[in-house]
Amino acid sequence: MPAHDVLIIGAGLAGQRAALAAADAGASVAILSKVHPVRSHSVAAAGGINAALNPEDSWESHAFDTVKGSDYLGDQDAIEIMCREAPDEILWLEHAGVTFHRNGTGHLGTRAFGGASQARTYYVADITGQAILHVLYERLMMHGERISRYEEWFTTQLLQDESGACVGCVARDIRTGALEVFNAKSVILASGGAGQAFKPTTNALICTGDGIAQAYRIGAPLMDMEMIQYHPTTLAENGFLITEGARGEGAHLYNALGERFMEKYAPNKLELASRDVVSRAEQTEINEGRGFPDGTIALDITKVPRKRTLEALREIVNIGKDFAGVDITREPIHIRPGMHYIMGGVKTDYDGQTSIPGLYAAGEVACVSVHGGNRLGANSLLDTLIFGRRSGDHAAQRARGTAMPRSPVSVLNDAQGEIDGILNRPTGGRRISEIKNELGETMNRYVAVYRDADGLATALEIVRRLKDEAPNAAIDDKGTVFNQDVLAAVELGYMLDVAEAIVVAAQERRESRGAQFRTDYPERNDAEWLHHITVSLNGDGPSLGTAPVTMTRWEPQERTY
Amino acid sequence: MAEYTLKLRRYDPQAGDAPYYEEFQVDLEPHRSVLEAILKVKAEQDGSVGIRCSCRAAICGSCGVRINGRPGLACHTHLDKAAKTGVNADGKTILVEPMGNMPVIKDLIVDMDAVHWKKIQRVTPWLINKQPVPEREYIVPHENMVDVTQTMACIQCGACVSDCLSMEVDPLFVGPAASAKAYRFVGDPRDAEQYERLKDLAEDPHGIYDCTHCFTCIDACPKGVAPMSQIMRLRRIAGNDHHIVDRNNGERHERAFVSLIRDYGLLHEAELLPRSYGGDSWFGKFHPAAGQQLLESLPVLARGLATGKFTVKKAMLGHRIPKADLKAVKAIYEKVEGKDRRYELNLYISGYEDDDEAAPAEAVPAAVGAGDGMPSAPGPDPNRPTAASESESA
Repeated sequence: MPAHDVLIIGAGLAGQRAALAAADAGASVAILSKVHPVRSHSVAAAGGINAALNPEDSWESHAFDTVKGSDYLGDQDAIEIMCREAPDEILWLEHAGVTFHRNGTGHLGTRAFGGASQARTYYVADITGQAILHVLYERLMMHGERISRYEEWFTTQLLQDESGACVGCVARDIRTGALEVFNAKSVILASGGAGQAFKPTTNALICTGDGIAQAYRIGAPLMDMEMIQYHPTTLAENGFLITEGARGEGAHLYNALGERFMEKYAPNKLELASRDVVSRAEQTEINEGRGFPDGTIALDITKVPRKRTLEALREIVNIGKDFAGVDITREPIHIRPGMHYIMGGVKTDYDGQTSIPGLYAAGEVACVSVHGGNRLGANSLLDTLIFGRRSGDHAAQRARGTAMPRSPVSVLNDAQGEIDGILNRPTGGRRISEIKNELGETMNRYVAVYRDADGLATALEIVRRLKDEAPNAAIDDKGTVFNQDVLAAVELGYMLDVAEAIVVAAQERRESRGAQFRTDYPERNDAEWLHHITVSLNGDGPSLGTAPVTMTRWEPQERTY
Repeated sequence: MAEYTLKLRRYDPQAGDAPYYEEFQVDLEPHRSVLEAILKVKAEQDGSVGIRCSCRAAICGSCGVRINGRPGLACHTHLDKAAKTGVNADGKTILVEPMGNMPVIKDLIVDMDAVHWKKIQRVTPWLINKQPVPEREYIVPHENMVDVTQTMACIQCGACVSDCLSMEVDPLFVGPAASAKAYRFVGDPRDAEQYERLKDLAEDPHGIYDCTHCFTCIDACPKGVAPMSQIMRLRRIAGNDHHIVDRNNGERHERAFVSLIRDYGLLHEAELLPRSYGGDSWFGKFHPAAGQQLLESLPVLARGLATGKFTVKKAMLGHRIPKADLKAVKAIYEKVEGKDRRYELNLYISGYEDDDEAAPAEAVPAAVGAGDGMPSAPGPDPNRPTAASESESA
């Protein structure tokens, strides 16, 4: 049985940053991921990472933009920490080797991003996430002796001791099918979001809410689950992301009448209003018949000088060409709002601690909450790194005063029994893919940019029916080597748990704030709803609770861009 | 919609059977990707088909496979194009196999740790900071960061490793992807050990001089990284800037090519060996190592003579080209070698907002070194705007 001071589940930016921090703090570290670390979905983050590093900028300004972007649902103490620590984190990354864009004098250069009052987004072309992820992996290889990597291991459950503390996990070696108990003094979840519960989504196939569901199942409350970000610019056909960097570089949005409609919705910031505002504006244009016949809006990147596009937006030049047949430097590309990010997650404090002793969470799996009702572009990379590092630090410190736990062998037998149960399912049930498709289409229809009580009730009914069907879904692969069928069955269960939590939270919040817009409650209502909604597992189903929003210095104001 | 036949190479390590091919019929629009077709098969027909995949958008690097014999990403290859490419292309059948040069684990899944990642690890793949580390960021030219971003764009998919011919012959060859990774540090002004890195890779008999210029990796790369171009640049920087003369004789061998073309306009094979060991001087011909190599090559030479592949006259006097042509060749050498500095930066995407749109007119490849003047990404998409093209930049 592997035993480590700190076990990290998930190896995207949050996980890798946590691993490096925990190792720096002297802990023995294991990092475990169901895919090779460089395949993690952080790789897809395109646009950049925010920090008030420029002497003319200030962390207060960054923090205020973030608070306002969150529609005042973000916790201001956590936001202050994130924005204060951001400049040093950028410099840490730069020294670690990230090839950040330089300006003409050789200093770090920035680009503009949505919802920000300053150009404070640092970037590497439009492969910022990839560049940072690969550099962190370089560092993991460098520290190979202190950080054990378990690549292509799939976590099936978190383990608790009698006192309820999290003491490790059970994971399956995907290559061999062998189950193993991982003992750890502290466990950090860094396994990302749950975009695959929606269809289409910008998220990768691996984003199935594993960590959110695993924590929920052992009693950790989730928070802000109703807040689902629809990104304003995704490809109509397959939901692929067109980075906000495009608008940051000067691209415009037009409806089918050729109107630059953002003038109506956000007269000051136009295309660079926060994402919920832009997505809602687009959806309104489409719903009111001013979209293109395929239900889209035009994103015109030809406004950006061609050479600049080729240098700074190269990835979306390729995406346009390869996946939409459009040369974005010559013609507009058709886009629409698409599911992109889940602001909610496992409730943590600003050191990444969840309500379960010994269990931490960082990155998209977590909800600190720094994004509140709506995340600003280029704040998610920052979130992963800052709270990944803080979790890694804190988890290592906690490990120092803790004895190495040892889970009984029986947990392994139970876990094996569950896997065998999946393998031995009778044929005849619906296919996993069918259930997953119905879930994704349901969520995207009823729990999207605009929501109402009827739609949410329908969604909940469908999700619950799917939860009944899922345990009987048929399995084709009976082998042990790279049995992706079994993993898909487990992932489907994770997604359904997360979806249910999202729907009940959206039903509960009877107001419109951030990404949650209720057509039946179209106003923000600070008097009744300026608090977080939590969802915990109670017996078999979710139970709702509340948590206060921490305010330090910014009182809620009307939100205009 | 169109009907495609997906012919997948299946392998189940637990069955005890040899690999086999299985066909699936898939109905999808022609512009959909091969990955989408495979996922449709998995979803609707057979969930046991094994393929790594995640992002679907050519950024995570998971789904490297061989499609109709060519390496690439399944998500990055359209069905219509795939069906028309390759040896037995019939516009309908798409053959998908696991990548080469790496052991197969199951179906389309290969063991990248055993080959690819081992080689990456071989090149000390992390920044060794130039000291002192500044309090704020390192001040480095814009161009250098753009330059190394080309290799930073590598998604570690293994497509170049899959079909590297040198690696097929010498499995220990460090290979295209790891070499590109090495350039990412050699080209990074913040790295303190460029000389040591180059020396290491030049002296390694399986290092940068093990590449045979076949361009396969450039064709294979879905991201325009142009690994072979990076290998050539590592050689030039090693030889010209750091004067590393390696024990494998790679540097001198390359120099011999350069000087022979300058002198004769065509390769003079009989001179190649002596010059590779003894340099351009006449006495160099009697370098003992050259003699030994010559002796070892005698059977090959005899066969060549016997089959008429060359004649004694050609061997002694070399090939001739018209005087005017030879003069033109020499003029090229003078122009390139006469430059004050060698332009090494490979600004595959280049320039500032206010620059003219047109590429700089005088786009001359770096002076010395063979074969690198080609635009570097003729690969799957010759028109890709991010394709490598060496150019001068202010």
